[in-house]
Amino acid sequence: MSTNQQVSPEQRRYQALAKKHTPKPPVLRHAVAAFIAGGLVSVVGQFLTNLYARLLHLTPDKAGNPAVATMILIGALLTGFGVYDRLARLAGAGLAVPVTGFANSIVAEALEFKREGLIYGVGGRMFTLAGAVIVYGVVTAFFVGLFKALVK
Amino acid sequence: MTQYLAAFVVGGLFALVGQLLFDLTNLSPGHVLSGFTALGGILAGLGLYDPLIKFAGAGATMPISSFGNSLAKGAIMEASKDGVVGVLTGMFELTSAGITAAIVIGFLASLVFNPKA
Repeated sequence: MSTNQQVSPEQRRYQALAKKHTPKPPVLRHAVAAFIAGGLVSVVGQFLTNLYARLLHLTPDKAGNPAVATMILIGALLTGFGVYDRLARLAGAGLAVPVTGFANSIVAEALEFKREGLIYGVGGRMFTLAGAVIVYGVVTAFFVGLFKALVK
Repeated sequence: MTQYLAAFVVGGLFALVGQLLFDLTNLSPGHVLSGFTALGGILAGLGLYDPLIKFAGAGATMPISSFGNSLAKGAIMEASKDGVVGVLTGMFELTSAGITAAIVIGFLASLVFNPKA
């Protein structure tokens, strides 16, 4: 976190102490868990993509759409049943980076703020994290597209 | 079978990089996921994401970077037809399925379920 502003020597000593006692994350174990979980999610996604390509006679390109939508549904349901967050504690980024994590963040935020009502709670808070992802995705895509349109 | 293996490895690597950023930097999940999405858009601009999808299939389409790729690809596609205006109209051309699904499913799920204590 940011260590700006004036910090008294006492605070600095405290920060150093706190830092020393902050548990180091088991980086290797986390990395392996994330790799396996992220890989498994992709395998499920691949299975769905192939399934839709065959059932709906879509090109693999197009079959990605219903596959992503299905993954969003799965992520939302598992979040609703309280399973996703329990799994994510083990899998870390393995369940945060795939699109199911996007769905998870939407439903988790919506449920957390449900008591604030359907408009400001559910409607307003749903996209707390997903909103940031959309904003940075769209702004990046805007400038990439603009560059491509102007520089031929 | 090799298709599934490629999907597993590439999808796993995306998650692995994300996890290392979680553990080794002070970046929040919001920072990492926004960054992945932006990176997907930049890779689309460089023409690199489609080859990755060709190689890894869902290993490249399931991570959130794919969302950034689709946004940029839609914008670039329409821009090549309609110029600068196409950037605006093409933005959500490929991503509307995902966004619509996320909004509708997210809303319905939040009505049906209640927060776990």
